[in-house]
Amino acid sequence: MSRTSSMKYVYQLHKTMVDNSLILVYEGEFTQEITKSVLLMAERNLEYMEEESNTKKKVFNVMVECLQNICKHTDKIADDKLWNSAIFMIAKDHEYYSIVSGNAIENSFIPSLEERLDQINSLDKDGLKALYKDMLVNSQLSEKGGAGLGFVDIARKSGQKLEYSFEPINDHSSFFCFRTKIARVNE
Amino acid sequence: MDALSIKATEDTPHISFDPSTGLLEISGRSLPEDAAGFYKPVLDWLKQYAPSAKASSALAMKLEYFNTASSKVILDIFNIIEKITTDKKVIWYFDKDDEDMQEAGEEFSEIVNIPFEYKTY
Repeated sequence: MSRTSSMKYVYQLHKTMVDNSLILVYEGEFTQEITKSVLLMAERNLEYMEEESNTKKKVFNVMVECLQNICKHTDKIADDKLWNSAIFMIAKDHEYYSIVSGNAIENSFIPSLEERLDQINSLDKDGLKALYKDMLVNSQLSEKGGAGLGFVDIARKSGQKLEYSFEPINDHSSFFCFRTKIARVNE
Repeated sequence: MDALSIKATEDTPHISFDPSTGLLEISGRSLPEDAAGFYKPVLDWLKQYAPSAKASSALAMKLEYFNTASSKVILDIFNIIEKITTDKKVIWYFDKDDEDMQEAGEEFSEIVNIPFEYKTY
């Protein structure tokens, strides 16, 4: 293996990050402790960039829900070690922050997840508020942390439609890609 | 009964409940993944306090952030406060620019039957 080709990915990865305005990328296992560290790093980042306080809070809130979703819902795919990790990233351009995550899920969960996300995307501000209140009052705390409420909260904080896709991994699992945008306040 | 005091961590709030004054305060960040686990002693304390509450109880909520897992437990807390038969209120604090936190307080107040007072910081 030549010296140059084996190191090429470093520059390519760097370039991909710069080209996509990525300010933070974490790829790997997601545990509670790691989630906390990623949050802390992202928060320092936002403070360093002197982001406007409301925007910063929204980004932070959405990050918390996304990271905790990944923690709770990434499905272990026993026969494929490669996919037992997830990715989390934040991009920032002039208009928006984008909080992007990707994690493996079993195909059997796709229909209900899709239905939930589409339902959220079909609602306006008041519809989301009503759904949030209804879920808050009626859902049980014990159910795996209640990601449903998390998505509704993300949609409300964002004020934009939730973007998602499923990339096939193998016959029984897919990679769930999820993006939330937070508008920046531009003077 | 004893006062309840729990120190804040980077993802859990400071809790300070004083049964002798009726002053109950939750402040800081509430972002635990296992919100039910973190708040269990808090709910247990309140269940014991509620039937023998002082003439007036005030729950000050001074949260900078809370996750959706916490929001369900916060509602559980309000549901216990609601049952107090003596005078009670929630004082909901929010950063004056933080509309989301203001709205969150208003929504809780629409769900439970407790007087809410709003204060900015």
